[in-house]
Amino acid sequence: MDITVNILLTIATAATPLLIAAIGELVVERSGVLNLGVEGMMIMGAVGGFGAGYLTGSPWIGLLAAIIVGALFSLLFAVMTLSLATNQVATGLSLTLLGLGLSGMIGTSFVGQPGVRLPNLDIPGLSSIPVVGRLIFGQDPVFYISIALTAAVMWFLFRTRTGLTLRSIGDSHTSAHALGIKVIRYRYLAVIFGGACAGLAGGHLSLVYTPQWVENMSAGRGWIALALVVFASWRPWRVLAGAYIFGAVWIGQLHAQAFGIPVPSQFLSSLPYLATIVVLVLISRNKRLTMMNTPASLGQPFVPDR
Amino acid sequence: MMRIELVKRPQRSALFSVLSPFIAFALTMIAGGIMFALLGVNPLDAFNIYFIQPISEVWQLHELAIKAAPLILIAVGLSVCYKANIWNIGAEGQFIFGAIFGSIIPVLFPQFEGPLVIPLMLLLGMVGGAFYASIPAFLKTRFSTNEILTSLMLVYVAQLFLDWLVRGPWRDPQGHGFPQTIQFGDSAVLPELMPDAGRANWGILFALVAAVAIWLMMSRMLKGFEVRVLGSSPRAGRFAGFGFNRMVFFTFLLSGALAGLAGISEVSGAIGQLQPVISPGYGFTAIIVAFLGRLNPLGIVAAGLVLALTYLGGEAVQSALGISDKVARVFQGMLLFFVLGCDTLIHYRIRLIGMALTKANGTAQLEAAPKLEEAR
Repeated sequence: MDITVNILLTIATAATPLLIAAIGELVVERSGVLNLGVEGMMIMGAVGGFGAGYLTGSPWIGLLAAIIVGALFSLLFAVMTLSLATNQVATGLSLTLLGLGLSGMIGTSFVGQPGVRLPNLDIPGLSSIPVVGRLIFGQDPVFYISIALTAAVMWFLFRTRTGLTLRSIGDSHTSAHALGIKVIRYRYLAVIFGGACAGLAGGHLSLVYTPQWVENMSAGRGWIALALVVFASWRPWRVLAGAYIFGAVWIGQLHAQAFGIPVPSQFLSSLPYLATIVVLVLISRNKRLTMMNTPASLGQPFVPDR
Repeated sequence: MMRIELVKRPQRSALFSVLSPFIAFALTMIAGGIMFALLGVNPLDAFNIYFIQPISEVWQLHELAIKAAPLILIAVGLSVCYKANIWNIGAEGQFIFGAIFGSIIPVLFPQFEGPLVIPLMLLLGMVGGAFYASIPAFLKTRFSTNEILTSLMLVYVAQLFLDWLVRGPWRDPQGHGFPQTIQFGDSAVLPELMPDAGRANWGILFALVAAVAIWLMMSRMLKGFEVRVLGSSPRAGRFAGFGFNRMVFFTFLLSGALAGLAGISEVSGAIGQLQPVISPGYGFTAIIVAFLGRLNPLGIVAAGLVLALTYLGGEAVQSALGISDKVARVFQGMLLFFVLGCDTLIHYRIRLIGMALTKANGTAQLEAAPKLEEAR
């Protein structure tokens, strides 16, 4: 029983950064912007979070720094694609490349340093209830943030007027603009929200998941988050399900390696990436589902005319 | 608070399509100077070490050619993809698979020698790269799976596969346990061009030939026209009878083959054996090269040399100033950013407008507004 609980806990820890980053990107894509820079924003959040935590000794300040760094970094993308109407695919790619380089440079002096870890929640009494105690009351704080964030985004997108407006912009920026909606302003906010989420996801990596700084420690998670959004056909609760499936795959292959299953570890390590491809194929072969849910103006630059 | 406003030009500005890479380079220099200053280094010294010293002697130019060759080879292939609005960003994986396929001969059949070895290796390299690129192409055409994500995921898979090969079945039994294959035999090593002057090998010639060939294809042949039409207007392309799925395969196989050729050339020429890591991110840097070269094969040759210099400069500042060689990646990323931003100038005029002042009446605005109209 204890082993099961432990495995479930590690799956949640592995799924949390995927979930947060994907939920952020979902909002961005719902507004019609495709930001391929998730990996870059995430790794910047990771290095910023680690650095701030390491220098101040407070993991909470680290977490806050991760969010701010992610948001600021996404602002770069926003200015380029929204104000200068550059190609979103190319700009997102360059954000990722820049983030990987910049984080490596900033993090040079952090390599091998002991980090600070965000403590798990511990409610006396409740956390020691057998089985469910630790699952519900004993996880790291970011886990709770991720669940709350998912619920909040669901509510925002589908239950509020602003959410409706945001979705309408994603489906037709021209019509939204004609109705007097500030398309660019909405998109700026969406992109910055996505950046903050990616930064938080990165902070989770360097402050909870493995409290240290390792170059390229995001290891493609930003890209998997992007795939999750497609997999979820732009619906928050499916992102949640997808993130946990991927968390399970990620943890499953680690456990398989630890148990010494006679398969080369490299093959097991490539499972999350292969699973992403398989899942993308399964979801995209259903053309109707994909077509129906893809924000119609996703990835198209918009220049308001006066 | 400033607001940026774009005003569409009636037609694309010829002036800025020439100038924009240079403006971007100048802006990168300024930003790079600020970065060096923040790192506590005199920017002028740093620039000297980064951009001048690495190319001040003949043998160093050979090193530049070694780094530029894979970048140019990959980028000309990618430029065709991107022109067609097809996004292959997994060139790094295709590079690795080219290297693996090409290495089959020297690793598994080391007794096979003679003048045929190199051509066969190069051919296998191209096959390997094209094979690996055909996976995302197939998934896109058959299941309309997003090629950006699949081609990228396959990079990680390729890296792990190579890692397994050189630690497992292909490891040199006499290699003292180091994760590497046997050294390639003499007839499996790509010859150097001018052995007396430096290390540059045939790779750079392949790159130049590929650039000219692709340039001819894009500007003089029907296939190039097809690529451009489908890229700018898939609908018009369909009416003209150009098949989109065929185009996906064509661009992926072409760019994959070129990336594979780059991979086997790098392994056979510069490294001489397979190792767990055979590329400092050439496949990704080539994306920057393609855009800096304006997706034009001849521009890509120039851009490839510039980006090759950023690698050499990164190594130079690391050894001279103790700054992480990651600085090269930062330069590359900034360069791409500025290139993309400056390209906006080709299609738009940019106005910076003071927020508060736009609300004032017209005459006041004309007199007092800090309205900066950049080059009509």
